[in-house]
Amino acid sequence: MLLEVKNLTTEFKLKRGIVKAVDDISFTIDKGEILAIVGESGSGKSVTSLSIMGLLQNPGRVTGGQILYKSQDLNKLSRKEQQKLRGNQISMIFQEPMTSLNPVWRIKDQIMESIMLHMKLSKKEALARTIEMLETVGIPSAAQRANDYPHQMSGGMRQRVMTAMALACEPELLIADEPTTALDVTIQAQILELLYRMREKFHMAVMLITHDLGVVSEAADRVIVMYCGKIMEEADVRSLFNHPLHPYTIGLLKSIPQIDNDSDEPLYMIKGMVPNPLNMPKGCPFSDRCEQSMERCTQEMPQLREIDGHKVRCFLYDAKEGGSGKQ
Amino acid sequence: MSEVLMDIQDLAKHFVVDTNFFGKPVSVLKAVDGVSFSINKGEAFGLVGESGCGKTTLGKILVNLYSPTSGKLFFEGKDLTVLNEGQRRLYCKDIQMIFQDPYASLNPKMTVGDIIAEPILINGLLPKNQVEERVIYLLNCVGLARHQRNRYPHEFSGGQRQRVGIARALAVEPKIIVCDEPVSALDVSIQAQVLNLLGDLKEEFGLTYLFIAHGLNVVKHISDRVGVMYLGKLVEIAPKKELYANPQHPYTQALLSAIPVINPEKKMERIILEGDVPSPINPPAGCRFSSRCFKVQESCKLQEAKLKEVSPGHFVACHLFD
Ligand SMILES: Nc1ncnc2c1ncn2[C@@H]1O[C@H](COP(=O)(O)OP(=O)(O)OP(=O)(O)O)[C@@H](O)[C@H]1O
Ligand SMILES: Nc1ncnc2c1ncn2[C@@H]1O[C@H](COP(=O)(O)OP(=O)(O)O)[C@@H](O)[C@H]1O
Ligand code: SF4
Ligand code: SF4
Ligand SMILES: [Mg+2]
Ligand SMILES: [Mg+2]
Repeated sequence: MLLEVKNLTTEFKLKRGIVKAVDDISFTIDKGEILAIVGESGSGKSVTSLSIMGLLQNPGRVTGGQILYKSQDLNKLSRKEQQKLRGNQISMIFQEPMTSLNPVWRIKDQIMESIMLHMKLSKKEALARTIEMLETVGIPSAAQRANDYPHQMSGGMRQRVMTAMALACEPELLIADEPTTALDVTIQAQILELLYRMREKFHMAVMLITHDLGVVSEAADRVIVMYCGKIMEEADVRSLFNHPLHPYTIGLLKSIPQIDNDSDEPLYMIKGMVPNPLNMPKGCPFSDRCEQSMERCTQEMPQLREIDGHKVRCFLYDAKEGGSGKQ
Repeated sequence: MSEVLMDIQDLAKHFVVDTNFFGKPVSVLKAVDGVSFSINKGEAFGLVGESGCGKTTLGKILVNLYSPTSGKLFFEGKDLTVLNEGQRRLYCKDIQMIFQDPYASLNPKMTVGDIIAEPILINGLLPKNQVEERVIYLLNCVGLARHQRNRYPHEFSGGQRQRVGIARALAVEPKIIVCDEPVSALDVSIQAQVLNLLGDLKEEFGLTYLFIAHGLNVVKHISDRVGVMYLGKLVEIAPKKELYANPQHPYTQALLSAIPVINPEKKMERIILEGDVPSPINPPAGCRFSSRCFKVQESCKLQEAKLKEVSPGHFVACHLFD
């Protein structure tokens, strides 16, 4: 096991109240595995990755749980040890490339700095490695484009530069937060292809955050579905798409127009919208939108239960386990 | 035969991005560069293509936010490009637009009710005392409640704001609405709500849509015919089923193959294109797709490819079909 997240809770203390952005979530990632995390905007995907990377900004704070990397508790390491790990063995690609590229530095200087910090190479070797990485991510005339500033590149190229930077030190774990959301499909296909290649080549594990279920279906080994800071369902990619269990997952899958469907029927709709994080419904967070909501759903929080390796948080499956549903 | 509502002939919009000392243009960006197609009454014409290929620019020409550099634009048989600004404005009411970004497209200082009432008042469509009733009716049409008219845009979610934008467009009883990526900024569960709403309103009010999007599944769901743009040009037009089942232009083929499908059993055979979309300031000579095309031949770089009808209603611009 490469990464183990145990009961992680991250909160934002605001004037109007406390937002529990991530609420007691646990999961693991194995070496070489691609774990996808999907969910509506605001469901806590980015906050989860920032918590792992130790990059939360005020007023965000991890208020509970542990993050174990190769069985070491990341928060028990010294700042220096943390820094070494994050960036060398764990690296991250951000949703918005400009947040991690420095606008006044040339591309090559940014990548070289990161390489020299983590890999103990000479300047010359670092430059060679930089150009090699830019070629790997598909930047044409890499040696020349390495001299560009970020604003001289298109969005797709910046995303690839950031990917090159994240991969330059051959991390064992890559956290990719919506790495392709801002990109066109033809460029998205290039980036995903690159991630598969890196996985094959270095046995790199990926935590892939996306809201595109097509991307999940293609790329992931295992999937976590989040809603309002909680894990609602977790399964290997086949079970999730072939036998989704949670009403939210089922609704989501039905509401997407399918490219291989010729029908002109209206789309299935999940009614309503995500609750305000400062005003969460009592009980199941999906209860105000769920077609199968029962009395109990509005009173109690369902627990995440495992049925044949497939986890789901919903009272509909309590009976299946044979128990009374009481914890 | 279906009746043509809008006929677009060789339309172009060039932006001057740099001038020399004497104010002469030295660098011109050809955002839309000779596009021809027609939109039939009552249909939804889908327009797809990668970022920067000119979709929004084209839409803005139709709604008079840009004036075209050249070309003709016929609406119900009348050439709008020969009208003076005053005459042209009379048609703005018939041709409305809803925008990609539900956050930026509504005035934050106005209540939602005032936002919807504004175009009714500007166009003098109703006496003042009937406007409120009309606003409430429009709010209902888009699935919002009457009491929400006194609230401000920031109090609404993305999906709700998009509904407000739709109500504002409907307020002037348009004949055609240019929908520019109306759902791409929304969550999947909200996208379906807005798409269904657009479908219902089209039926109810007999609307025609130019539906712009880069999500090819969304375009397929809503459109009757689809046009594919690349670097300011239309490269393929076909009825939607034909286009998706039988794409002919190499770019369309690559675009369709790049869409990840939801089916873990099926790994798509993918055409991975090399490189980026070239700059519209210096597009490749000849066929504009030649710098990335996997079927390129020497001759492709010599001449531009023109749209040709390869089967009834199916047009392709590629030298392979010469
Ligand atoms: N006012 C302007 N001045 C100069 N260039 C412009 C202007 N508006 C658009 N462009 C350029 O014209 C080209 C087409 O832009 P347009 O907004 O039409 O693209 P699009 O197809 O709608 O892309 P997207 O999918 O990203 O919305 C781009 O290269 C853009 O940078
Ligand atoms: N800097 C912040 N201040 C206050 N609340 C925040 C901040 N960042 C995120 N949140 C809240 O945390 C929750 C989860 O956000 P996030 O992880 O960004 O969602 P997503 O799943 O879209 O990545 C949301 O309710 C969001 O509003
Ligand atoms: S617990 Fe109840 S409300 Fe929640 S998803 Fe299950 S059935 Fe629906
Ligand atoms: S004309 Fe040539 S380069 Fe252009 S799409 Fe056809 S084959 Fe490709
Ligand atoms: Mg996010
Ligand atoms: Mg646009």
